[in-house]
Amino acid sequence: MGELVVDKHVKYILSVEKRKDSFESVVLEHLRMNGAYWGLTTLDLLGKLDALDSNEVIQWIMKCQHESGLLDLYSIMGGVAFCYAGGFAGNIGHDPHLLYTLSAVQVLALFDKLNVLDADKVANCILICFSSVTFEIVCPLFEILLFGSLKIKISSIPIQLIIGHPFLGLLNFMPDISGLQNEDGSFSGDEWGEVDSRFPYLAICCLSILHRLDKMNVEKAVNYIASCKNVDGGFGCTPGGESHAGQIFCCVGALAITGSLHHVDKDLLGWWLCERQVKSGGLNGRPEKLPDVCYSWWVLSSLIMIDRVHWINKDKLVKFILNCQDTENGGISDRPEDAVDVFHTYFGVAGSLMAFYYLLFHCKHFLKATRATNSTLNS
Amino acid sequence: MHGRPRKAPKPEDLAAFSAKAEKLRILQSQFLSNHHQKIYTKEAVELSAKLLEINPECYTAWNYRKLAVQHNLFESNLDPDAVNSILNDELRVVENALRQNFKSYGAWYHRKWVLNKGHSSIENELRLLDKLQNVDPRNFHAWNYRRFVAALLNRSDEDELNHTQDLIDKNISNYSAWHNRSVLVSNLMKKKVQAFSQKDEVLIREYELVRDAVFTDEDDQSGWFYHLWLLDQTVKAESPLLTSSWPAHGSDITLSGDRYLDLGSSPFNTYHFDSGSLLLILYFNQAVEGVNVSTVTVSSGFNVNKDVIWKPILSNNSKTAHVWVGQLKFPKVELDSLGAYTLEVTLGHSQGIISSGGFHYSHPSHFSFTVHVQPAKKEPVDGFGSEKISWRDENFHIYEPDSLQSDLVLPLDHLSIKNEHELSDSSWQEKIIDEEISNFRELLDCKIGKLTLARLLTARDALVSSDKSVHSEEVLRLYSELMKLDPPHSQFYKDEHSLILFEKVISGRESLLSYCFRYRNLTSSSSSNPICLRLNGLSLSRLGSFEKLLWVQMLDLSHNELRSIEGLEAMQLLSHLNLSKNKLGSFTSLESLRHLKSLKVLDLSYNEIGAHSVDTTRYLCSSPLCHSIGRSEWDGSEIVTDGVSLVSYWEAFFILKGLKLTQLDITGNAIADEKFTAFLAEVLPALKWLDGVQLN
Repeated sequence: MGELVVDKHVKYILSVEKRKDSFESVVLEHLRMNGAYWGLTTLDLLGKLDALDSNEVIQWIMKCQHESGLLDLYSIMGGVAFCYAGGFAGNIGHDPHLLYTLSAVQVLALFDKLNVLDADKVANCILICFSSVTFEIVCPLFEILLFGSLKIKISSIPIQLIIGHPFLGLLNFMPDISGLQNEDGSFSGDEWGEVDSRFPYLAICCLSILHRLDKMNVEKAVNYIASCKNVDGGFGCTPGGESHAGQIFCCVGALAITGSLHHVDKDLLGWWLCERQVKSGGLNGRPEKLPDVCYSWWVLSSLIMIDRVHWINKDKLVKFILNCQDTENGGISDRPEDAVDVFHTYFGVAGSLMAFYYLLFHCKHFLKATRATNSTLNS
Repeated sequence: MHGRPRKAPKPEDLAAFSAKAEKLRILQSQFLSNHHQKIYTKEAVELSAKLLEINPECYTAWNYRKLAVQHNLFESNLDPDAVNSILNDELRVVENALRQNFKSYGAWYHRKWVLNKGHSSIENELRLLDKLQNVDPRNFHAWNYRRFVAALLNRSDEDELNHTQDLIDKNISNYSAWHNRSVLVSNLMKKKVQAFSQKDEVLIREYELVRDAVFTDEDDQSGWFYHLWLLDQTVKAESPLLTSSWPAHGSDITLSGDRYLDLGSSPFNTYHFDSGSLLLILYFNQAVEGVNVSTVTVSSGFNVNKDVIWKPILSNNSKTAHVWVGQLKFPKVELDSLGAYTLEVTLGHSQGIISSGGFHYSHPSHFSFTVHVQPAKKEPVDGFGSEKISWRDENFHIYEPDSLQSDLVLPLDHLSIKNEHELSDSSWQEKIIDEEISNFRELLDCKIGKLTLARLLTARDALVSSDKSVHSEEVLRLYSELMKLDPPHSQFYKDEHSLILFEKVISGRESLLSYCFRYRNLTSSSSSNPICLRLNGLSLSRLGSFEKLLWVQMLDLSHNELRSIEGLEAMQLLSHLNLSKNKLGSFTSLESLRHLKSLKVLDLSYNEIGAHSVDTTRYLCSSPLCHSIGRSEWDGSEIVTDGVSLVSYWEAFFILKGLKLTQLDITGNAIADEKFTAFLAEVLPALKWLDGVQLN
């Protein structure tokens, strides 16, 4: 088996950050917040988060937060008058959206700087106007932490999750705004009302990091997610929508965080998910589709959450991911020999580490292997 | 970036890219400036269209266009022509954007937003969809949009079903079309629309269709999941049913306040009770809610407090449970004299027990049993429960019922509940499944053929009311073959194999008796030590069929390959449990133990607890991290012992703290260092033996 070319991936990520004038970076300008999350989490997973100036990043993030309300005559006419204050945009000058709000909160958590936020303001914004995000954004960070001792730095966070973040204790005041969730328990992505089962996940994940989950009607949100369940055990965007691994990650993730996994038929979904592994070892997102590195994350973490990850072959999966590395210039692509990007680099690193750490237990050389990994990661 | 080849761009391409980038950058900054200044002139709106044509994912531009539409509609005084022209423009921009990126969430949503304003027609939209679905019949945005349009414009489910049929005819491996079909057929069956009112007829039609798909290309997964769904529809009972109970129907139970029993009692049905109460256990085939004094009646010929308090054995945040437990209090005065009492439990006569799927318990059923009460002698004898239990082989002797006792073992065969009405005729189900079995016997050279046959045979066995699993040998063989045929998924087949094996072993009196052992005492008649069910060394990776094991008090599952004990919480009478030498990876995989309030002796030695850095059961455990538990219980400042805070071992604390264990073995796990054992000794005050060492 090859290995993760850690140094090259780090270099690649740092270079992307600098190449602001390429066509890609202009096209993706509106989702730079997601990019920041993918890139920075990758650096963190590889133990190189200090390669960037955290203050600079945090200052930029805070510039993407909408501080003042954006009440607007036409929105009121449409029956949707919302206060944007607290939400984050994908980049400076863009509109706020739950997608980018979660990424912003996650990056701040990564730097252990959640205290620069007014958590109640962000929570209010989520509960009032948003609830949507593209599943590309979602948050391995949280899961990695909770799955326990991945022992990657931020080991203090699980403890904080148990005992409550110290500064959050001060912020008990919050109006009851759970009534603003849609009647059926669903959420929309922004003021414009797009409804999708990704959105409750984003809201739940974000509010749970902010310790504000008690402010939303969790039961309703959970019931909405359950209504998106299909006869193949998977979940779709809306009731009736086809099962898709990214969507499944969001739904299973939301159910996991809220302690509601009894809504999942674990054996049926487990079979569907484990059949995503194709001959090359890679995972696809739906039946009869090509494998793609990003599904390593969606499928693998969903399987872990429902305790069925032993139903796939981790060795072959790691091999597939490593084959998608650009061993010369760093970065990981969707499939071998394709062009690399930050998105797939992140999911490749997170997926291979997850699978790799899982493999470790089974080879009974735990300590030895951990040392080996650490030296690889620190080299 | 998907599917773009990795290669260094040529210099001339680079120049072109950078010119393109510059153009886009200017467009974007002009657009943002318009947006911020709320400029909605024709030119400004047109500029956003240009931007979206190049970059359909620029969500702020879609937001801007919605604002512009609202502004311009307001300005137009709702003149119909002007409104039409404004909305048509939007539909055109969406189409252009979709041409650039078929998967743009923003573009698809923008179209829905326009349609919700009542613009466009179904013909229009279906025409567009047909065009797009022709290019990519699997695009899930287009499918979602199709469902949206069909609902918005009231197109009938039958028409949509015909559409899926067309697509399946075109390409039989279109999973998306099969998926949509499952949604539509479910709806039509639920609504009992004509031609869908007879479930068996619908299923037979669908089986025929999907068989075509599976037999055309056995590697095509479209048919796999659809077939499994049909099988589930064929066998699934809608209304919940009581599958088993403890005490079992027709059984004789001896309740003893004493350690030693008189001659004639069987260790199979003797239970200690110190509290003067008897446990009643109900096991349902589906998770239900609503079990209480008004839905379940307990009647007896003597003075017993009938106010049974029923509690669900719950995990997670569920409101429904498979297992419900009631405490039946015996009045003190009755205990002074040895006597026998007959009790009858009935349920289902009134509504109120409801499954998680919303179906009522609709088949009145009852069970009855006799309780012999044997009061405690004055002087308690230091017996079972205070000595150290050793699970070594030499301490166990196969149980041989003598003639006196043989009829007392009988209740093991009598697990079935009496239903007052015959359950609905199952002959059509048997017919369908037999037909499918004979079809799939012809597809045995591939994995889906074998797997489907194994599932069909298992379903067929479950339909037969007797306790015998006729096909279990064949099913076990199929799963063994699958493990070899499809190595990446071998653990999946292994788990299925294990479930079947487990059920086979515990089904039927002969088989079960060969796993029943007595602990230590050869002179069985003088001892009240319960029977130990020893299912060790069977290489089990998963457990099931707990409804048949409600009577078990002592269970040995050591030397297996268990990763989880999910479902074990049903065995409410368990007092001794050996899980040594399995593959249990964390305390969260042991959540079931929290519900076993009688558990005294637990052996977890030689597992993998603490060795795994990825905990695959953490989210299945109703942990504090899942927000299902009050935070007050988890005050992190609570320091348990020198230098060891609760936080370090919260999983162990969470699982074990509610138990009154007297003996625990934890050695041979990565977590079990000195610090941890000191922690355990501290938090488990009732503990007498830890890793074989007597505690003070």
